[in-house]
Amino acid sequence: MSPFVSSSLHPLPGCRAPSIPQEGLDDGPDFLSEEDRGLKAINVDLQSDAALQVDISDALSERDKVKFTVHTKSSLPNFKQNEFSVVRQHEEFIWLHDSFVENEDYAGYIIPPAPPRPDFDASREKLQKLGEGEGSMTKEEFTKMKQELEAEYLAIFKKTVAMHEVFLCRVAAHPILRKDLNFHVFLEYNQDLSVRGKNKKEKLEDFFKNMVKSADGVIVSGVKDVDDFFEHERTFLLEYHNRVKDASAKSDRMTRSHKSAADDYNRIGSSLYALGTQDSTDICKFFLKVSELFDKTRKIEARVSADEDLKLSDLLKYYLRESQAAKDLLYRRSRSLVDYENANKALDKARAKNKDVLQAEMSQQLCCQKFEKISESAKQELIDFKTRRVAAFRKNLVELAELELKHAKGNLQLLQNCLAVLNGDT
Amino acid sequence: MMTEKIFLQIINSLRAEATEEVSLDSPEREPILSSEPSPAVTPVTPTTLIAPRIESKSMSAPVIFDRSREEIEEETNGDVFDIEIGVSDPEKVGDGMNAYMAYRVTTKTSLSMFSKSEFSVKRRFSDFLGLHSKLASKYLHVGYIVPPAPEKSIVGMTKVKVGKEDLSSTEFVEKRRAALERYLQRTVKHPTLLQDPDLRQFLESSELPRAVNTQALSGAGILRMVNKAADAVNKMTIKMNESDAWFEEKQQQFENLDQQLRKLHAHVEALVCHRKELSANTAAFAKSAAMLGNSEDHTALSRALSQLAEVEEKIDQLHQEQAFADFYLFSELLSDYIRLIAAVKGVFDHRMKCWQKWEDAQITLLKKRETEAKMMVANKPDKIQQAKNEIREWEAKVQQGERDFEQISKTIRKEVGRFEKERVKDFKTVIIKYLESLVQTQQQLIKYWEAFLPEAKAIA
Repeated sequence: MSPFVSSSLHPLPGCRAPSIPQEGLDDGPDFLSEEDRGLKAINVDLQSDAALQVDISDALSERDKVKFTVHTKSSLPNFKQNEFSVVRQHEEFIWLHDSFVENEDYAGYIIPPAPPRPDFDASREKLQKLGEGEGSMTKEEFTKMKQELEAEYLAIFKKTVAMHEVFLCRVAAHPILRKDLNFHVFLEYNQDLSVRGKNKKEKLEDFFKNMVKSADGVIVSGVKDVDDFFEHERTFLLEYHNRVKDASAKSDRMTRSHKSAADDYNRIGSSLYALGTQDSTDICKFFLKVSELFDKTRKIEARVSADEDLKLSDLLKYYLRESQAAKDLLYRRSRSLVDYENANKALDKARAKNKDVLQAEMSQQLCCQKFEKISESAKQELIDFKTRRVAAFRKNLVELAELELKHAKGNLQLLQNCLAVLNGDT
Repeated sequence: MMTEKIFLQIINSLRAEATEEVSLDSPEREPILSSEPSPAVTPVTPTTLIAPRIESKSMSAPVIFDRSREEIEEETNGDVFDIEIGVSDPEKVGDGMNAYMAYRVTTKTSLSMFSKSEFSVKRRFSDFLGLHSKLASKYLHVGYIVPPAPEKSIVGMTKVKVGKEDLSSTEFVEKRRAALERYLQRTVKHPTLLQDPDLRQFLESSELPRAVNTQALSGAGILRMVNKAADAVNKMTIKMNESDAWFEEKQQQFENLDQQLRKLHAHVEALVCHRKELSANTAAFAKSAAMLGNSEDHTALSRALSQLAEVEEKIDQLHQEQAFADFYLFSELLSDYIRLIAAVKGVFDHRMKCWQKWEDAQITLLKKRETEAKMMVANKPDKIQQAKNEIREWEAKVQQGERDFEQISKTIRKEVGRFEKERVKDFKTVIIKYLESLVQTQQQLIKYWEAFLPEAKAIA
């Protein structure tokens, strides 16, 4: 696949997926290490399963879309080959997700949340602005800023790839969802699925559906559950979801501030460099050394910000979506409970009137079965959710702490070395 | 007119020679003009004696320093003047719009010119401005780089007067206190200024006459603004014939330095801003994480999240302290030097004005000579005598003008040398201190995360 460079300022012709480490964009191999290779397992604790393994082996960033190469390895008889790849776009992932949501049979499962749309607008805008402002800054400044923005672009790219991959892996790991026909088509059919994005009318329908759901949600959640387990889960999830939302937003703001400060270091480094090259006294060596320090320390600070983003912000964002999916499950269960209760009432009425009793009995049976089926699988799903959640938090918090330590130690060494040189000179 | 041009060229070449002569001479002793007792040194009067100019307006004449003594001091102490100034204990005096902040100025010294070795006085901001104004009026125009005083802030002071006890007015007072301290420290480091009686009075005497002329909106203040504007216009019209490349070079260098410092300062200010933002956002996140920990129903995870919240809270503190260092060490250093360079530029401007005065005197002399010639032709004896008198008068003025110009040029060269040395030292010292603050932050971070790691691992 030849890389397609669509604009002169497009920084990265054909960004590659995380499995292939990027050279030259970040300093030092030790700064890249695990994150790149382990992105798949970042948020979800998955068992690798020989029966079905899915990953995104490659990705291409074009002007306004990203093309993911979905690679499957499977020993299942359903597939024609044991190993194959197809190219998919974001809309196709959404189609797959929505097909799960709309499938009544899956009402009792937590549907893995859809990956967010790849959003390079902000990054692209910044690159645009940089291009326009090229004349007003020195060559060094321009190169530095370009590198900065390219690194940002790459980070966003990596993230979007990871999130799409996590979605697929969750589906592949789910005992029921992995057997879904649409999923198999998604994985195997090597033509365009011709999934058009929802048109205006459909989007409006969705909007109303969501509104009704949340209104319903209020009514339905007013009903106290007989089952303690579900009662507890409901209270827990409602509160948890809100707090995760808040924490996710605040974490985002924090990582962004961190990045701004790191960017300032970059500019300070450039200014010091300019001072160092222009000054006539013996302080110029000093300035140049400090400028170098700021450049290096800035790279570390940028890494800290990126790692916090990955281990903390992304974790929280993911569990925001997952907790919403869990809430949706509870909602569906409540809905089926209401249906069941209504069917009971209808049956009583029918018996009283002695009219259409058989029909009412059948309908009530169905509702009962549906409710019980959902309740059973929901219970398991929610228990699994907790296990997954705890594991993911543990993994990420440990990694966060380890990375923060690594970076702080790196920073400290840089600073101490620089000070030793500066003190030695004066 | 051709004759004028040739005349000026001759003058220029004479001036160039004169400058050379001055620099070849061994250290000369300038006569002491003040009433202050001076160390006993036998006066030497070389041929190119340059008399200092006495400002008729000032109350006490500037004490001309003894160069040989300064040289000795520099060699033995390594340019360390044994005097330490501290500005502390800001205290609000009075209320309402007449209130003001009084600062304690403490001096610790072993110099014999002071009566005690440690003493302190209370001063208010306008006292500092008054001191600067006096020093500037005495020394700036003869080429000494007088450190500028901290800037006035009507908004800041009004808040304090009105009694706002909030964070921003406390920060404002602290910022001002630190700036006043740096201002005094720079001033006493200057060997000439240190000798000045006004400075000594400022540091020592318990009562100081109130400097009213320093108020921004006073008559004197407005006059100052008008003069500044007039000066700016004049500067544009003076086209100086620079025969000394050193001055042109230096002016260019300072211009470049000024631009670079301003750029750097802007970036550092941005850093301070973002660091403060980071601190606020970290605090917000800490609270949010604590809430999340509360609602998490898995016990070990809940505990870990609470621990995370605590770590982030501590880190927020760290960011605040770092922002403090970013500002008080790095940012203020840069803004001090931006204003110092403005003072340096001012001194160069004074030299230009001095040159202009000399030029004007030469032109006038020429005119007077022409008048004399005319009178000779017209044969008017009494007018001739008058012309001759005027010629003598203006010849003296031309000589004085030349001497002043040479003196100011010489002083500036020395001052710039001193300034550059100080600048290098200052920057190195402060930046190293700043880097040390960064080191401390990282060390603390390591401590905090090391404490958290086992907590995270303990999630089962």
